[in-house]
Amino acid sequence: MAALDRPAAKPRPVYLNLLAIRLPLPGFVSILHRASGALLFLIGIPLLLWAVQRALASPESWAQMRVVVAYPLGKLVVLALAWAYLHHFLAGIRHLLMDLHIGMELPSARRSAAVVFVLALVLTLAVAVKLW
Amino acid sequence: MVMPNRIVVGAHYGWRDWLVQRITAVVMALYTLLVLGLLLWHGGLDYAGWKATFGNELFRLATFVFMVSVLWHAWVGVRNIAMDYVKPVAVRLTVQVAVIVLLVGYAGWTIQVLWGGA
Repeated sequence: MAALDRPAAKPRPVYLNLLAIRLPLPGFVSILHRASGALLFLIGIPLLLWAVQRALASPESWAQMRVVVAYPLGKLVVLALAWAYLHHFLAGIRHLLMDLHIGMELPSARRSAAVVFVLALVLTLAVAVKLW
Repeated sequence: MVMPNRIVVGAHYGWRDWLVQRITAVVMALYTLLVLGLLLWHGGLDYAGWKATFGNELFRLATFVFMVSVLWHAWVGVRNIAMDYVKPVAVRLTVQVAVIVLLVGYAGWTIQVLWGGA
């Protein structure tokens, strides 16, 4: 019987050890895209709504909002969200370009992943300089 | 390219989410550039500057379209995360319902911020 010639069935499902996988750079940028999106959902959206509401309510609430955001912890949160927005934005543009079949080959895909990762960090650094 | 001759089954929900995610992304990117441009043009904005900017009905409308895009985009993204990592169906459903309630609440908050104090 032909079926006997096949290798024994592997146990499925296969559970991957995430800590043992060495992720290639595009994969690393991809998981950061997801993580930054989660951060923007959990903290970014409510904080943005709160800040805009405070900014528009009255001159006093505007000043109060500025004080809160100027605390060291406030600055750190703003910086983390700035990185999340920048990384998510740039990685998203990369996705849109790939939808247009731009940069699909492996070397250019690796290069664009590096550009996204580094540019997001550089721009975040610029935001940090502006904050402090 | 020669299209493969095959019958695709299913309800095509994935295709709709794929498209929604991209359209909302373009809307958000354009709004981001608009706000960045405003900030650069004015050299930063103080209270009076923001108040005047949000006093413009067109800008408020653009902000509303942006926020709807944010919330819809967030729904597609968070739902994908839940589908990937939350295996028990009951827990996943609970998470998804909580996210929907939260996002609808944010939509209400957005309307309140934009038109509540007018």
